[in-house]
Amino acid sequence: MGMTKEQIAQRIARELRDGYYVNLGIGIPTLVANYIPSGMSVVLQSENGLLGMGPFPFEGEEDADLINAGKQTITTVPGSVFFDSAMSFGMIRAGKVDLTVLGAMEVSQDGDIANWKIPGKMVKGMGGAMDLVASARNIIVAMMHTNPKGESKLLPACQLPLTGIRCVKRIVSDLAVLDVYDGVFHLLERAPGVSVDYIKERTAGVLVVQGEIPEIVF
Amino acid sequence: MNKVISGADQAISDIEDGAVILLGGFGLCGIPENCIAALVRKKVKNLTCISNNAGVDDFGIGLMLQQRQVKKMISSYVGENAEFERQLLSGELEVELIPQGTLATRCLAAGYGMPAIYTPAGVGTEVAAGKEVRTFNGKEFLMEMAFNADFAIVKAWKGDTQGNLIFRATSRNFNPLMAMAGKLTIAEVEELVPAGELDPDQIHTPGIYVHRIFQGSNYEKRIEQRTTRIR
Repeated sequence: MGMTKEQIAQRIARELRDGYYVNLGIGIPTLVANYIPSGMSVVLQSENGLLGMGPFPFEGEEDADLINAGKQTITTVPGSVFFDSAMSFGMIRAGKVDLTVLGAMEVSQDGDIANWKIPGKMVKGMGGAMDLVASARNIIVAMMHTNPKGESKLLPACQLPLTGIRCVKRIVSDLAVLDVYDGVFHLLERAPGVSVDYIKERTAGVLVVQGEIPEIVF
Repeated sequence: MNKVISGADQAISDIEDGAVILLGGFGLCGIPENCIAALVRKKVKNLTCISNNAGVDDFGIGLMLQQRQVKKMISSYVGENAEFERQLLSGELEVELIPQGTLATRCLAAGYGMPAIYTPAGVGTEVAAGKEVRTFNGKEFLMEMAFNADFAIVKAWKGDTQGNLIFRATSRNFNPLMAMAGKLTIAEVEELVPAGELDPDQIHTPGIYVHRIFQGSNYEKRIEQRTTRIR
């Protein structure tokens, strides 16, 4: 039941607009790059210092000096530009990046996000996540609606240590598309074959459902 | 003025136990391999290393961790290193995690002669603990201090005898920022040329920020995540 990771990415790609500068996080967000509509110009920002990230290199053409924020070998595209890490986060902080897509462990109905630390487990660090969520003009979270135990990850308040507060605007989960404003979740779309009740049961935070909720069509 | 020195061992010869060192690089990309190897040879201890990452088990700063030379790491992300995790959990190693943009901008502030910066990163999180919060135009910001480090060690693609540096692709990352931020900055470069051979318009780091420079050797330039596509 619900959307695959590829379908979540495909749905998020519908939020892209021509001319957007976009930062894609690690995991499902990275997959969004595979669904940029043909003919649309979207420039991908990699926060380690690149605008205009291209696909992985062909075997034998890997360049140790050319990686993305996930430390993967990548390529450039025509019009690419390199810069240092301060300028990279400068353009993020200044709101020049149009859209940030990232994953989350928990999101609250106030738009708070937790995605960097689980108490009792080895903490690897927040990397650029705190900078991105604090500054991005538009943040879409790609996530699973529930954890493996079936418990909701869309909560009245985050239980895990926070990455940022009042910053998430939209969530695309495996079950639904939701907006976050006025301190509640608003249901916008249902995943194929998923009922409103099914989503309600798996949303621990306050969920507002207004009118007919359309089903996502692929 | 002679900034050119013979090699990594001479470059780091006055780095003593307890020093605070900025180290350039992102992951294993653009790290000062020669100077890290020299620090391992010198066996200096109780170092505070400020670097975005902590290397992997057998490369980069991981080599210094193996020798227990690091007392404290200040980084934004320290995954990919089992020895690091072991030392952290056993209490041998102290770690301060800070947002990546904050790390970069605290270097920038040091290099620009500014004592502190304001950033929204970390507001409302545990990163904000004990920090001054100020509101500008209705939005909250944390005050973060410029770094105060004894040494900066960076790696560039090309450099000249005046200490001017040019970086290549994403190996630039933190290198020019840390070069600016060190009280004493050491640059190792893949190719060292006489002053005048680099186009002044193409230089990323003005030599005024660089005190010692040498041409490194035997760069491994290890790739952390080799990802390719089918032709």
